[in-house]
Amino acid sequence: MYNLQRELRDFIVTNFMFGDGAGLADNDSFINKGVIDSTGVLELVMHLEETYRIQVKDNELVPENLDSIDNLVAFISRKLAAEQELVTAAQA
Amino acid sequence: MCGIAGIISQDSTALRTLALERMTEALSHRGPDEHGLHIEGSAALGHARLSIIDLAGGHQPMQLHDGRMWTTFNGEIFNYIELRQELEQKGHKFVTKSDTEVILHLYQEYGTDFVQRMNGQWALAIWDDARKQLFLSRDRMGIRPLYYTTVGGALIFASEIKAILAHPRVPRQLDLQALDQIFTFWCPLPSRTTFKNIHQLPPGHSGIFKDGHLKTWRYWKLNYEWQTDESPRAVERAADQLFELLLDAARIRLRADVPVGAYLSGGLDSAVTTALITRLVPENLRTFSVGFEDADLDESVWQREAASFFGVGHESIRCSAEDIGEVFPDVIWHMEQPVLRTAPAPLYILSRLVRESGFKVVLTGEGSDEILGGYDIFKEAKVRRFIARNIDSKFRPLLLRRLYPYIGNIQKQSPAYLQRFFHVNPSDVENPFFSHIPRWTLTARAKTFFSDDVRQELGGYDCLSDMRSELPTEFSRWDGFSQAQYLETAHLLPNYILSAQGDRVAMAHSVEGRYPFLDYRVVEFASHLSPALKMKALDEKYLLKRMAKGLVPESILSRPKQPYRAPDGRSFVHGKAREYVDEILSAETIRNAGIFKPEPVRMLLEKFRSGRPTNTGDDMALVGILSTSLLMDQFIYQNRKQDCACTTYSESFATLS
Repeated sequence: MYNLQRELRDFIVTNFMFGDGAGLADNDSFINKGVIDSTGVLELVMHLEETYRIQVKDNELVPENLDSIDNLVAFISRKLAAEQELVTAAQA
Repeated sequence: MCGIAGIISQDSTALRTLALERMTEALSHRGPDEHGLHIEGSAALGHARLSIIDLAGGHQPMQLHDGRMWTTFNGEIFNYIELRQELEQKGHKFVTKSDTEVILHLYQEYGTDFVQRMNGQWALAIWDDARKQLFLSRDRMGIRPLYYTTVGGALIFASEIKAILAHPRVPRQLDLQALDQIFTFWCPLPSRTTFKNIHQLPPGHSGIFKDGHLKTWRYWKLNYEWQTDESPRAVERAADQLFELLLDAARIRLRADVPVGAYLSGGLDSAVTTALITRLVPENLRTFSVGFEDADLDESVWQREAASFFGVGHESIRCSAEDIGEVFPDVIWHMEQPVLRTAPAPLYILSRLVRESGFKVVLTGEGSDEILGGYDIFKEAKVRRFIARNIDSKFRPLLLRRLYPYIGNIQKQSPAYLQRFFHVNPSDVENPFFSHIPRWTLTARAKTFFSDDVRQELGGYDCLSDMRSELPTEFSRWDGFSQAQYLETAHLLPNYILSAQGDRVAMAHSVEGRYPFLDYRVVEFASHLSPALKMKALDEKYLLKRMAKGLVPESILSRPKQPYRAPDGRSFVHGKAREYVDEILSAETIRNAGIFKPEPVRMLLEKFRSGRPTNTGDDMALVGILSTSLLMDQFIYQNRKQDCACTTYSESFATLS
């Protein structure tokens, strides 16, 4: 089953925590937990854009969208749904 | 420039000779020209010499010709000519032309307080046979290194730790608390080293070892007390004074019986240094610089521009990430401490070029950023304080972008993120470490790689509280800018910039650095300047730029400041580094060393090798882990070839003891 939460968590834990994600709850802030630094956000955004074929706009580059696994799941779901609507609209 | 070593103990002369020979030999790179040993009573002093002043007469250890005093000395006393005249007027007779002899006479005339009279860079020991005591001293800023340990009532000291470890009684053990400090501050605290029970005499300190006890004291300290006069006339006057002081600082630093060169980085400080030299010695100056293949880091254009402006003979060397990877193990051997950045490696390559070009001495712009307010961290702290005053402002965080115009990643950040990353918390403003919180927090992320054993052994160790206890009582009275300056000048400068990135990588190729900006008269002058003259709004080194107008190319004055940076993690992905990295960071080696967790280290290395994007934290972690592991391999397990010939020596030592 496709599980966006697990996929995003895997990426964060592998890429930023080198496998040790035990201390990170889904609603923990990456910044407060020291998981991501200023250069890491861009790394995260590149990954999201490539993996989910979305485009993160400048005004979306905010902690509310990107700073926890919960925020990421919500943000990506919203983005994917919006894309889907566009596709559906185009097909209609 | 030289290396010094010594043993004060009751061991037999044969035993001490054997140990001291070994110790002095470990310092050969610092002083390839000659070695000397002297044993007098319980004191054994050794010296490895690089001849710069009085090539024929300055042999060491040196004895006061009519007294029972001996010295072994590393460094330069730049005002030795004036001091000698003063002493001659008091009736002292000299037999050599060297600054070393001046030290002995000064000690005889003034006692241990004599160091206050010296303007220079030194690490020295004087055996006073009448008092049966050893006097030790290190220069005010910590330019020359001096390490020591005590084992069973004996004092063992040397210019480098490897010489101390060459003494068979000294145990080799990593100091985990010091490692924790390095993985936060980029260097250990002033009296600590990477090794357990091996200490440094901190900058501006002297000490006496007598009857088996060492007593140390501070003879000089930084103090930031300034007047507020910022009127145009006062600024003009200050610029003139700064120029006169720097010119004199450069003048006495050109005293040498060998040719003196200069580094030209493409920035303001080395351009000022070069300008001063060309005023004093208009001809035949040779300058040196390092360039990078990576265009983002390369400053060759500016270096060439400065060289042609000054009309000097210029030599440069181009350094690639692979070059850094290749020399890194040698650099660790010389630095003797883990590092979070590779920046010392290119300077190691540069000093080789200097040496191959026939030069032993270079003047550089080191220290200017610390004392005259050039670092980004000062600017960053200023912006963060400004944001903290109006935390809801949408506009203020954008100023953070102006801090790092050369880091593309930061340019792309939204204000909300900038604000979060730079920890702008109104409550932080009162924190004595306000300026350094972002850097230290980011660096400390690398500690997540520490093994469970290391964490357990560290227990609740808090390096910040150790740092707090090092702060002088005046610290809380100083303004935020001065506090940030103090942290850089008293800690990072001696323990990283001047050592790992300075003395060690220069002396690896027998090259001596001299720093006009670190003349104590310049340092004291600068510490009495208002912070507004160091950074006006966000214009760094304001007064120095005023002073430098007309002295250096206009383009160097007006270009945005670019800190010296080198390729970090990616230096270890390709080329010759790959081979040793595979071995040093293998799961087995990492597990056996017990410092880091093997699996996360593997994943980190894989992240670099896969070509996936990496961040600053990854760079620091990889360089930190690799340098620690190389250090363990070379110093604890003694796997370095040059260090392996000691078996027969240890055997003969054992026979004698």
